[in-house]
Amino acid sequence: MKYLRWFLGLIFIATFLYFNFFIYQADIIPKLINVILFSALFVLFRVIFGPSPADRIVAVDILGILIIGMLALFGLFYEKSFFMDIGLIWALLSFIASLAFAKILEGRQLDD
Amino acid sequence: MIREIIGLIFIIIGVTFDFLGVLGLVRLPDVYNRLQAATKCVTFGSAGVLFGVFILQGFNSFGFKALIGIIFIFLTSPVAAHAISRASHRSGIPLTKETVVDKYQEDHELREE
Repeated sequence: MKYLRWFLGLIFIATFLYFNFFIYQADIIPKLINVILFSALFVLFRVIFGPSPADRIVAVDILGILIIGMLALFGLFYEKSFFMDIGLIWALLSFIASLAFAKILEGRQLDD
Repeated sequence: MIREIIGLIFIIIGVTFDFLGVLGLVRLPDVYNRLQAATKCVTFGSAGVLFGVFILQGFNSFGFKALIGIIFIFLTSPVAAHAISRASHRSGIPLTKETVVDKYQEDHELREE
């Protein structure tokens, strides 16, 4: 069972990489954006299946860092620098959210 | 031309680190392992992407924002990871059975004596 899951995961990733880099016709930057979005899918997996609240908090934290990289690539592709502003604000809010979640996880009130 | 290639190499390396870090988030057995793998790998990956963007854009508004982004995630990501791991341990989330040592628990017991 373990090997079957491992093999299915490998097929899943290999299929994505094949379609993204060989079938999909685009510049290199959109393909890299697709890879980051695919990574966000794994983060979503961890949010849904946890199993512990801390796993979900880690996933929120990781998503924030992923998104800032993705928005940098969006800014590069569309040649607009305001994407970077959005990325910085997102990272700040994600950081504050992670700290707040960590406090709640510990069982404290936010004003402790 | 050479600058574009170098910038693109940094971006590709960064995206690869992001992907491998997220694989760690999925595959590793408990929250502490996941936290270590995902936080370090994805932080380094996104910093690589931002550095590549800086190389491509140069010293303009966009490039400086990318540099600020790198500094920001280097400062905030370890703090968030530390807060999450501390809160996880204090709330009693168990370590995986393969774990052989728990220094935080030892320190805690020592301080209680």
